Amino acid sequence: MRNALRIFTIGGVLSYRALFSWQSPTYYIPTMLGHPLFQVLFFAYLGRFSNVRNDSFFVVGNAVQVCAMAGVYGMAMTIGGERWTQTLSPLLASPANRFALFLGRALPQIANGFVVSAFGFLVGRLFLNFHPPASAIAPLALVVLVSTASCTAFGLVIGALGLRLRDVFTVANPAYFILLLFCGVNVPLYALPQWMQTVASGLPLTHGIAAARAVAAGAPLSSVDGLIGKELAVGACYAVLAYVLLRIFEVEGRRRASLELI
Amino acid sequence: MIRVARLFGVSWAFNMKQLTRSGLFIFTSVVEPLIFATMAYYLFKAGHRPGTLLYASLSAGLMGIWTSTLFGSGGVISWQRWQGTLEPLVAAPPPMILIIFPLTIATATIGLYSLGGTLLYGRIVFGIPLDLVHPVWFVITIPVTIVALGALGLVIGSSFILYRNANALANMLEFPVWLVTGAIVPLSLLPGWVHYLSWVLAPTWGFRAVRAAAFGGDPLPALGMCVVLGIAYLAIGQVFIQIFETRARERAALSLV
Repeated sequence: MRNALRIFTIGGVLSYRALFSWQSPTYYIPTMLGHPLFQVLFFAYLGRFSNVRNDSFFVVGNAVQVCAMAGVYGMAMTIGGERWTQTLSPLLASPANRFALFLGRALPQIANGFVVSAFGFLVGRLFLNFHPPASAIAPLALVVLVSTASCTAFGLVIGALGLRLRDVFTVANPAYFILLLFCGVNVPLYALPQWMQTVASGLPLTHGIAAARAVAAGAPLSSVDGLIGKELAVGACYAVLAYVLLRIFEVEGRRRASLELI
Repeated sequence: MIRVARLFGVSWAFNMKQLTRSGLFIFTSVVEPLIFATMAYYLFKAGHRPGTLLYASLSAGLMGIWTSTLFGSGGVISWQRWQGTLEPLVAAPPPMILIIFPLTIATATIGLYSLGGTLLYGRIVFGIPLDLVHPVWFVITIPVTIVALGALGLVIGSSFILYRNANALANMLEFPVWLVTGAIVPLSLLPGWVHYLSWVLAPTWGFRAVRAAAFGGDPLPALGMCVVLGIAYLAIGQVFIQIFETRARERAALSLV
């Protein structure tokens, strides 16, 4: 148990540090802060032009969704990148607890995704017409944390697929944009066709964004506990799916001797 | 002259083929614009702007042209480095600009997939008729815009090379240029100082010319600005490439990744 905990924490931190380019401000600032900054601004202005909702709608939707920069891309690079950096075979040859091994890699991405989302909200506060009441900040932070965790579990699935695919970004990129389209980030869910709404209900962020919008408008946390519960449940399902996929791909990789193929 | 044209054609066609085989690049230039087009359709529908559906379709395609130019041109020299082909290219007798410029035009040309894809998608899925006011001008404005974006790509490619994390910069510049060039949001909604920025960007004029051809208006003035800026970018690109080549030769850093 102690060993698993050590792998979960230290292994997770080390894997994050192994994203060497992310340690550099010249990479981190444009990607993790610059991209969210302009995404929030772009969709807020598009929202003004389309006459659909106010700035607050677009700021909250995009500020929550940008956590996927860490949750999806970070996980894709952390897990999928193990094969690219040729560390996958030694990693899977070790007797380490697989659950601790892979979930530990998610922890720093959750923290990073939270920071990116918080920055998105700050952008909305400074440059757009987004002024939530001070009492909404703590509940909003909780909702963002849950959403980020759920999104990172989804990213874990993407990372698992990266163990099989030649280029993990062929899945990570569509995944990021599917979240942008389906989860009610910019288009209100009621405006989407029924089948898209059904898909959205099974994706991370959909319920989290709805909860965040309510809380930012001043609703008490207790009024969105159902949405938070759904977001957590969706995240848990993706975490289990990711674990199953990782085990299947590990066994398959051993059988086909394909772990080191790039 | 024939040699230059041949070199240009071969480099352009080769890079087109290479980019078309990249799954990631095809996603960026085809699937991503479709996702943006879908988002724009539903957003404009929800905002009761049905007259703007062709506008949404066309805008998403134009945004795709910028995306493919940005991602393709931003890494054009770096990719030659990684593939180990930069040294032979620099050592080859033709001027470097004659080799790099067709490559960046190819990245902008891939944007035609975006435009064709979003217009076709809008027609088939959403039944948006493609009623162009000046179809002949439309056909003229597209290649001019692509060449001007290719020239801008030359500036991007030759300046990004000095920045180690060029792909990070490319990631960041997708949304702001969409905004500043009025790709989908009219410039009148943006703060006044943004207009000065938009004037020096060829996509602003190219997109304006394409829209004038599609929805009515005189595309010539915008097209003229697009050509002028394209020529200016070529001159700037030539200077940047010379600086890069001289520095790399002096430091023996041409093949360093």
